[in-house]
Amino acid sequence: MAVPVLDSTLRLSVPLILAALAGLFSERSGIIDIGLEGKMLGAAFAAAATAALTGSPWAGLAAGVGVSVLLAMVHGYACITHRGNQVVSGLALNILASGLTAVLGVAWFAQGGRTPQLPGEARFLLLEWPGAAALRDMPGLGAVYGELLSGHNLLVYLAFLAVPAVGWVLYRTRFGLRLRAAGENPHSVDAAGVPVPGLRYRALVCTGVLCGVAGTYLSLAQSAGFINDMTAGKGYIALAALIFGKWRPVPAMLACLLFGLLDAVAIRLQGTDIPGVGEVPVQLVQALPYILTVVLLAGFIGRAVPPRALGVPYVKER
Amino acid sequence: MSAVATGPAAGLPRWAVLALLPGLNLLAAFAVSGLVVVLIGENPWQVVRILVWGAFGFEEAIGYTLFYATNFIFTGLAVAVAFHCGLFNIGGEGQAYVGGLGVALVCLHLDFLPFALIVPAAVAGAALFGAAWAFVPAWLQARRGSHIVITTIMFNFIAASVMVYLLVNVMARPGSMEPETRGFAPHAYLPPMHEALGAVGIEIAASPLNLSFPWALLCAAGVWLFLWHTRAGYRLRAAGASPAAALYGGISPPRQVLVAMLVSGALAGFMSLNELMGVQHRLVLEFTAGYGFAGIAVALMGRGHPAGVVLASVLFGALYQGGAELAFEVPRITRDMVVVIQGLVILFAGALEFMFVPALRAALLRRVGG
Amino acid sequence: MPFPEEPRNTAEGAGAPAVELRRIDKRFGAVHANRDVSLAVAPGTIHGIVGENGAGKTTLMNVLYGFYRADRGEIRVAGRAVAIGGSQDAIAAGIGMVHQHFMLVDTFTVAENVILGVEGGALLASGTERARRELARLAREYALEVPPDALAGDLPVGLQQRVEILKALYRGAGVLILDEPTGALTPPEAGHLFRILRRLGAQGKTVILITHKLREIMAVTDRVSVMRQGRMVAHRDTAGTTIPELAELMVGRRVLLRVEKGPARPGRELLAVERLSVHDPRGAPRVRDVSFTVRAGEIVGIAGVAGNGQSELLEALAGLRPVSGGRILLAGEPVGSGRPGLRRRGLAHVPEDRRRMGLVMPFEARESAILGYHDDSRYRRAGLLDWAAVSRDTAGKMSAFDVRPAEPRRITAAFSGGNQQKLVLAREIERDPLVLLVGQPTRGVDVGAIEFIHRRLVAMRAAGKAILLVSAELDEIMGLSDRILVMYGGSIAGELPAGRATEQALGLLMAGAGTRRAARGAR
Repeated sequence: MAVPVLDSTLRLSVPLILAALAGLFSERSGIIDIGLEGKMLGAAFAAAATAALTGSPWAGLAAGVGVSVLLAMVHGYACITHRGNQVVSGLALNILASGLTAVLGVAWFAQGGRTPQLPGEARFLLLEWPGAAALRDMPGLGAVYGELLSGHNLLVYLAFLAVPAVGWVLYRTRFGLRLRAAGENPHSVDAAGVPVPGLRYRALVCTGVLCGVAGTYLSLAQSAGFINDMTAGKGYIALAALIFGKWRPVPAMLACLLFGLLDAVAIRLQGTDIPGVGEVPVQLVQALPYILTVVLLAGFIGRAVPPRALGVPYVKER
Repeated sequence: MSAVATGPAAGLPRWAVLALLPGLNLLAAFAVSGLVVVLIGENPWQVVRILVWGAFGFEEAIGYTLFYATNFIFTGLAVAVAFHCGLFNIGGEGQAYVGGLGVALVCLHLDFLPFALIVPAAVAGAALFGAAWAFVPAWLQARRGSHIVITTIMFNFIAASVMVYLLVNVMARPGSMEPETRGFAPHAYLPPMHEALGAVGIEIAASPLNLSFPWALLCAAGVWLFLWHTRAGYRLRAAGASPAAALYGGISPPRQVLVAMLVSGALAGFMSLNELMGVQHRLVLEFTAGYGFAGIAVALMGRGHPAGVVLASVLFGALYQGGAELAFEVPRITRDMVVVIQGLVILFAGALEFMFVPALRAALLRRVGG
Repeated sequence: MPFPEEPRNTAEGAGAPAVELRRIDKRFGAVHANRDVSLAVAPGTIHGIVGENGAGKTTLMNVLYGFYRADRGEIRVAGRAVAIGGSQDAIAAGIGMVHQHFMLVDTFTVAENVILGVEGGALLASGTERARRELARLAREYALEVPPDALAGDLPVGLQQRVEILKALYRGAGVLILDEPTGALTPPEAGHLFRILRRLGAQGKTVILITHKLREIMAVTDRVSVMRQGRMVAHRDTAGTTIPELAELMVGRRVLLRVEKGPARPGRELLAVERLSVHDPRGAPRVRDVSFTVRAGEIVGIAGVAGNGQSELLEALAGLRPVSGGRILLAGEPVGSGRPGLRRRGLAHVPEDRRRMGLVMPFEARESAILGYHDDSRYRRAGLLDWAAVSRDTAGKMSAFDVRPAEPRRITAAFSGGNQQKLVLAREIERDPLVLLVGQPTRGVDVGAIEFIHRRLVAMRAAGKAILLVSAELDEIMGLSDRILVMYGGSIAGELPAGRATEQALGLLMAGAGTRRAARGAR
């Protein structure tokens, strides 16, 4: 039972990991992003719609990323250029995305908000590793190799590769140094001769790209098309994981895996009795990520210190 | 009254900030909504005509418009009160949801009470449960410094899980698979306005508009009185505008956070009176249907003032009711179009609040100066 | 409009000035921060710019560093006109700036802070290595030792400032601007800074030093320019000028060094502080075992370098900070932890930071004018706030304290600094308190208002009130106080009667010299 649960944990964590890393770029640069949900939803819809029309998952991915980046740029325009309230802007984009995907879905495809069921070649399919089929039935390492490691789609591997990549960008490159500085003390960046707005816009582009991949994963890999409101709060869970991971790539990934595990367990727990405990309410398991995050924020388990300039619009007088 | 505004809109006359700027923002939101309609392939002018007709074109429509507006008034006031204390209460959705639990408990278990007692008891239940759900994030903000935006978001999700659990496992009508409670006793229904007014000889068309509506207006007046004419309101606003100055003035900002959030949560809880006692007559899943979030748009649009909140609520109520008619008349446009407009209003009236300031400044001040 | 003094006497020495500003003009809305300002700084010199708060010094330097864009005027560096549109242009032109509030990232190491903006490539590894070597070299050359791997936020203020200087030098700055660099430094730290500056000058760097402390100007600069109300009013060789001359140029007329006041007639003890200790929220001691009294009819001044516990003492006395030891007696009665009662018992408090604490900026003036007294029954009718009464009351205070414009419903933030301060004083003084705590009463206030405020404080003293004055302006402390306490490191380093308090004696105490030694020095 362990391997299947871990297997579905991996799959359920993927959109969370991508979205949490997306939020990491934005928030480490000083911009609150509660709009991860909306960007994912918009991307999921755009990817499914495009894949349905073109039959190509790659075109779908491009469209998903494009729409997500566009939404991120609207967020930037409101929060960076016009110094608007970052929470309000993120919320607006979430609501806008949930409305637009529903309205356009019905108007364009007339299937009650769904996009057409995608054939296999229009999706990201599972990649079978060499020899996996043969090893799958072997206990131990064989099962791990055959089922856990092999047999995922490209985007799953991409998500796990993205974690060290984001860490490398953040801590080992000039862009990362400046981005972190902008989130802690934007005045220092400005005084060093680097314009803060350009830096934050670039951070938001990264946010858009990663959210776009996350959304595309939902509609082209996990499912075969777009379903109304298919993100179902994953953007907020990713935000919670980002906070839970204290705005660092690897801890955020671990938080996503934990939340993914809870989700996987919740699905299997439904209606089953655990000896000695009785039936664990599945809703409790589903709510655990939020409860854990609140407990963390309350400072009862460690302390989550956000980037110091997070949420403060950078004002430069002229 | 000072004639000149301060802050990001500094230098502009107050009337421009209070009326012209929100008007322009709203126009921008509508213009982009029009583009979406064009994208769908419909005629935006036609859509506007149906919307306005559907919202105000006949007596029953007005009743529906005001019925929806009632929900918005409650959740809008909830957000506005928190705003004045410098807090962003995104948890209206969850507070309204849990407030509904309070209403249902009263209506289901205290139904031996007569109408004259069960209604105040339900009002108290809604306020108590809504406030209680706001209390934990408020306490965490006040005493442990946890960011209230994040905690209230989390509490919305926790509320959703709790309510599903209760409705499925605990409170469900015996023998039913539906996640809903049994119906309330008829004397726990809030009488619709056409009956209430009919009793005093005023005839209006039948609609779900019920006694919650006058209660909402009363709450709006109460919030106005509270914020600007009581010492408690003064303390709350001082803490919101400047915590350090409030502390200096002998006011405890953490305490004000608790007060503001309790009032806010209670107001959000009242939304459930309208939905549950006015229409559903039982507790159902997800009856809040996004009204809690929409309250943010309403509060932003109404600039945090109760009168503005009422006006914005009527506008949003009209959109909801008009949107329902629109979906009926033009099947290619679903009611989700209203959600799109809502999102755009929040974007333009909230996040892009000051987008038109430079243009306005150039237009207005040049004329005055030269 | 005629200009008071056209500074055209820039032909000094041979070669072009290191920096030259020509006819710089800068407005912020209604505020004319720089009016037609010209300045030439010779290479390899330390050039001071003095002026009161709000004279336009910082604005001028921010224009030079590209933070602000001038409305008019020209900037020349080493004889060539340069267009400075942002800090990157200033850095490219060889200008570095050490800001009043340091521009450091607390969570970065010193080395990371130094390379920010000049990383030397898309990857950090090589740049960090180069920075390490360069930091070691600069440390040797200019006595600027800083541990390169320490987190900037963990360093004491003096070292943080060195990091700022290192940042500028690392970028190859030939011209270094320092904005009020000693504001947060102890006297020994300031002394070390001045040695560094002299060394920089000797190595051919040009230093521009902005300050309002005339003693620093006399101690370290070669030449000095004076600004007043946005204009450049004079340039002098430091050797050829005196503190009184500079002071007069700064304020535009002879300075009243002594405020007119009668002899002190101290009465009974109205405020007594016994072995008071205060810790900050992190548990660090801020006030250590402090005891003193203030009697009716006297002004007791507290002097000290900023950050030596004066602010914490004042806030603790006002009930805004928890007391960790000792006790406070108000008119002989001990003060408990209950703050709200203090005002009713006759304790009034003009806080140091009126914008953050003394007033609620977005409120109407009448709302700000009842802050702290909002529970008073005179502002209440039928359980609600009686705004008509509040308006009448505020209008009365405004006319008594000459607050302009006298509009009770004007937004507080829309008043000038001086008028805001008068509103705070009106609120606190009109209640006829027994004890008045005053913090920085004239910070950022125009000259006319300063005189008005000083006269009101002296009038309070004549009326038999006990006044405790905390101020960063030594002249103000010396001019108003009957007795002067000096705080250093949270303790009272010494007490001097006004008659014996010289700048020298106070300076020694402020520098942390022990009470006895300082007293001997004063004799």
